[in-house]
Amino acid sequence: MSKQSLSTWFKSGSPWVWLNAGAVSISIVMVVGLLLLIAVRGLSHFWPADIMELNYQEPGGEAIILIGEAIDTEVVTALRLKMTGVDLPEGQASAERHLMKVGNRDYFGLDFRWINGPWVGEINYPEKIVAVERREWGDFFGYLTEVRQQGNTVASGDEAWAELQIRLERSNRLVAEIKKLERKEIGKINHGLEALRLETKRLEIDGVAAGSLQHQQIEQERRQWDMLYAGLQKQLATLNTALNRDQMIVTISDGREVEIPLAKVVEVTRPNAMSVWKKMTTYGHEVWKFVSDDPREANTEGGIFPAIFGTVMMVMIMAVLVTPFGVVAAVYLKEYAKQGPLIRLIRIAVNNLAGVPSIVYGVFGLGFFVYFLGGNIDEIFFSAALPAPTFGTPGLMWASLTLAILTVPVVIVATEEGLSRIPRAIREGSLALGATKAETLWRTVLPMAAPAMMTGLILAVARAAGEVAPLMMVGVVKLAPALAVDTIAPYLHLDRQFMHLGFHIYDVGFQSPNVEAARPLVYATAFLLVLIIIILNMAAISIRNRLRENFKASES
Amino acid sequence: MVEQSSQASVLPAPGSPVALRRRSWREFKDRLARYGVAAGGMMVIFAIVLIFFYLLYVVVPLFYGAEIETHSEYNIDSNNATHITLNEYNDVALMLTMQGQARFFNANDGQLMLEPILPLPSDSQISSFSKGASATGVFAYGFTDGRALVFKQEYKISYPNDKRKITPLIEFPAGEELVVVDPQGKRLQLLSVQSNEEQTTVAGLTADNRLVINSLVREQDFMDEDLFTVEQKTAEIILADNLTATYLKVDIDQRELYLVDADGFIAYYDITDTEAPRLIQKIKAVPADVDITAIEFLTGGISILVGRSDGQIDQWFPVRDEDNNYTLHNVRSFSDQTAPIVAIATEYARKGFLALDNTGQLGVYHTTAHRTMLVEPLTTSGKTVIAISPRANGLLSLTADGQAKLTMIDNEHPEVSWHSLWEEVWYESRDQPAYIWQSSSASNDFEPKFSLSPLTFGTIKAALYAMMVAIPLAIMGAIYAAYFMSPRMRTIVKPTIEIMEALPTVILGFLAGLWLAPLVEGNLPGVFSILIMLPIMTIITAWIWTKLPKAFRERIPDGWEAAILVPVVIAVGALSMLASPTLELWLFDGNMPKWLNEIGINFDQRNSLVVGLVMGFAVIPTIFSITEDAIFGVPKHLTVGSLALGATPWQTLTRVVLLTASPGIFSAVMIGLGRAVGETMIVLMATGNTPIMDFNIFEGFRALSANIAVEMPEAEVASTHYRVLFLAALVLFGATFIFNTIAEIVRQRLRNKYSSL
Repeated sequence: MSKQSLSTWFKSGSPWVWLNAGAVSISIVMVVGLLLLIAVRGLSHFWPADIMELNYQEPGGEAIILIGEAIDTEVVTALRLKMTGVDLPEGQASAERHLMKVGNRDYFGLDFRWINGPWVGEINYPEKIVAVERREWGDFFGYLTEVRQQGNTVASGDEAWAELQIRLERSNRLVAEIKKLERKEIGKINHGLEALRLETKRLEIDGVAAGSLQHQQIEQERRQWDMLYAGLQKQLATLNTALNRDQMIVTISDGREVEIPLAKVVEVTRPNAMSVWKKMTTYGHEVWKFVSDDPREANTEGGIFPAIFGTVMMVMIMAVLVTPFGVVAAVYLKEYAKQGPLIRLIRIAVNNLAGVPSIVYGVFGLGFFVYFLGGNIDEIFFSAALPAPTFGTPGLMWASLTLAILTVPVVIVATEEGLSRIPRAIREGSLALGATKAETLWRTVLPMAAPAMMTGLILAVARAAGEVAPLMMVGVVKLAPALAVDTIAPYLHLDRQFMHLGFHIYDVGFQSPNVEAARPLVYATAFLLVLIIIILNMAAISIRNRLRENFKASES
Repeated sequence: MVEQSSQASVLPAPGSPVALRRRSWREFKDRLARYGVAAGGMMVIFAIVLIFFYLLYVVVPLFYGAEIETHSEYNIDSNNATHITLNEYNDVALMLTMQGQARFFNANDGQLMLEPILPLPSDSQISSFSKGASATGVFAYGFTDGRALVFKQEYKISYPNDKRKITPLIEFPAGEELVVVDPQGKRLQLLSVQSNEEQTTVAGLTADNRLVINSLVREQDFMDEDLFTVEQKTAEIILADNLTATYLKVDIDQRELYLVDADGFIAYYDITDTEAPRLIQKIKAVPADVDITAIEFLTGGISILVGRSDGQIDQWFPVRDEDNNYTLHNVRSFSDQTAPIVAIATEYARKGFLALDNTGQLGVYHTTAHRTMLVEPLTTSGKTVIAISPRANGLLSLTADGQAKLTMIDNEHPEVSWHSLWEEVWYESRDQPAYIWQSSSASNDFEPKFSLSPLTFGTIKAALYAMMVAIPLAIMGAIYAAYFMSPRMRTIVKPTIEIMEALPTVILGFLAGLWLAPLVEGNLPGVFSILIMLPIMTIITAWIWTKLPKAFRERIPDGWEAAILVPVVIAVGALSMLASPTLELWLFDGNMPKWLNEIGINFDQRNSLVVGLVMGFAVIPTIFSITEDAIFGVPKHLTVGSLALGATPWQTLTRVVLLTASPGIFSAVMIGLGRAVGETMIVLMATGNTPIMDFNIFEGFRALSANIAVEMPEAEVASTHYRVLFLAALVLFGATFIFNTIAEIVRQRLRNKYSSL
């Protein structure tokens, strides 16, 4: 073999086999590479990166100090650099260029800055640099100099750090309290007032005269709510004054001293001073904040809890809708319908529907569910609220229904496959023992096909969780004011709009004004979504494999 | 069995009432299950069919024609009315006569509402009348002494007691004073007026064949809103003596003037600078034996509609040529009527119009769509004036003998036709017919451009480039996986491919737009070097492998070639990317996108190359799985037989296996195509979404699906735009349905073939 010539080797066809093998390798490398890319970028976002302080001198410019995180490095040709206004010395064809996150958006204008390798001077990692996570304007880097209370210095220099931690804990506690008041209590009052408004309108529609007993009752209730509201307002005002008590003073890289009210600060860290262990706990803490917090700053910061919640809610409702219908349809097609050309046609149609673009389902959902069904429901049941629509607008219910229709072919196909794998002998045995068809189905066939149904359902859920295009029309929003589940009756609000992980990725990645700052967050969200979907698919695959082996065993 | 029941049994004796009851109960349950399941199954199938029919139900009204229905008929004292108008609620009408009477009357029963007295001069007679653009409600009377009165109709709407009350009134935009149009004081034979907030233009043709043009610019006082001064500019054009002008029209922007004469010529003047009017073109607009019998501006004031004595209506508008000169072009004609056109009423908001001929036939048309919506008799007399309401749903006609008729028009979607959806359309202000999608704009008299062609083109372009990536990789990979790969490696590869299929496209789109697109832009030579070097390096690696010592080769069993190639693929990728700046310096002057631009190829960052790569990635698993199934399903005795006859595995593959499995591969490609056509998020996020028609791989496009995603949430329910988007969805649905059905039928046949082999 080793002595063969090139031409006989080509004739043997073995290079083509290798080429085919290459196609598999490319596919595998692409999938794994893509997953790794998402994982690395998504997970590294939470790591408290070291903050560097570097001297930077552009030719002909003054030396400046920059403080920030290193984000990226690339090699660029001289011509491309020239287009950005940078001239390299004669003879140098390309240079390194680094992307640095300098933060302090409100003072520098941009939080990212490209710096050119040749002009970078000394780089330090001073332990005292603080990274401030703010509620507005993104991250902030600098040196902590003072802590103030109502403008009076309470601690400066080295003591400031310890003092800051204590005061920060207090301010965060206050923020949480205020949020609770605003969300829960005031939300309840608003809901109550809205209910009263609708009741008044209903009375008007029914022709009850103004000033009647019912109207007086409503008026009385409204006064009660108003009183409650006034009380809450007072409470909020006190909390807000308390919150605005403290400030911190930070010196930024160009020497300016900046005052930051602690009310606007989420967390202050000194990444350069952290041990690896400390960094790891901080990392865990950051991940937890990401999955459990509300988003801030037009979704580019903070957590994604509402999106996770929305996705899970929608998928759960969809699963409840799709399972019975999908299974019943499959049982009908396989067990009851007379096998003939019509059923074959229907089967082709069902298979086809799995291939119909999801956007078409979105269009259908918007037209049929939202405008037609929803509009009619509003006219019949919620006429008092009109012209403000209740169900005649995109919402959780319509999104779930649309996705249920979208995924019903998946469940049908999987269930049918499961049913057809069940050996005839089992069915016939049951019938021979005198069981009716329904009993055979219920007692023997369906339990045996249960794993197949499960597979179908999991695949359906995985598909639904990743689908975005139809949702953009039937209920997803970039920022939902309230979750679909809360403490106000009827607890589950199917008419509400919701947030979704996939749409979050699209929205933050493509609609947000500061894409560069939001990018790590999008990677993290993407990682979470991919993780969910891979786990679901792996589960489906393993169930299916075990199922096949079981049947193989029972057949032999 | 019955005999044995003497033994004590847990079952009740057959035939006993208990057993019978139980049996009938079971029977009932069985029947219930049968009908329940059948009903449930039918419901699901019904839901599936519903999707198609609902889409159709929304789309079909687009293609309905117009309908008219008489609402009320009555007689009024018409005095040979020269013009009538109808308000937007179809309830108030205004009639103007050559005697200078202005009457507001109830459009439903003709009852007089208001008859304002116009400040007519006592020393001269009305000699001409003109109406401005319908939307402005401006009119003018010209007098025998060369002066003119400009006035305007206005409706004040109030809601006393929650009921709509309309109060008509007359205003004077150029003041109640008469405007001196001809300083020489000659009789005004023809008159044309246009007026807006700042400027009023009055053009007139005098008895001695002079064209006089006046503009009155209103200059507001800074301090007091009620104070203003009027600056008047005048120009005069002396026309040939033998010319008999028949129509005079100034456009709404007061920039152009058209003069029609009895010989069928249209003279086109530029009056942007009132004091220096310029004749741009004089063109014979009709054949020798045909006369121009009506002329009207289409809304927006760009096109003119010319009604002819042979019943044809021509649309003309100025078109700019390469040298920036404008010339009038007859863009389209409507020849569904045969009698001379006597009146044209143009819609206020859409590019549609009504035309009445002298036999009383009414035609309803739309210019952009080149559609005749309806031709039906309206009146018996040709001496009729007509008015259309601003919402284009009402038509008031008034014959010379005083028969008035209010007709309701049902004409919801005239903008759409086969022509406007799929063919090149010559839009206003364009220099040639084109395929354009532009569904909305800020301005009111905008001409919507609903051509699905560029969007369909975008979809096809995306699918094409995606298939160019996916087909070779997926089919070759599937061949290897099904035929050469070791079973153990299959257990790794198959789930990986399934994971690939399950990846949400929003993530792929996000990576394409925010990671891959800048990466490709920055390392374009590297990307191309990967595409070229991968197959070459694979072959070289294979050759080297055959040269390695046997002992080493035998460590890795057959069917693991793909694993050996993984490091090669990674190395080629990494090296290409590293070498990219060097290659770029060496071959493309250090900046390939710029270099491409210089040789005339446009480069967008989010381009079809990126979409092709990423969507190809998304389609690979679909094609892979089905192809692999088809190849794996080829009966073993065929391959074994071929091998036994001495064929090599490769020969067996190409001559036996692939031939047998080719229908399956075909259906895999069809299904992959269906997926590529309908994919939304990737094309939405990885392209610039500009609707251009160009196969350039370095430019973007706008696909049907992405267009729906972008515009659907903003489309007004039941509007034409909304229905056209549904039509786009229906097109997608139809296309994928066809692809999938073909694939499905081919696969079923193949399955039968395999089982018979």
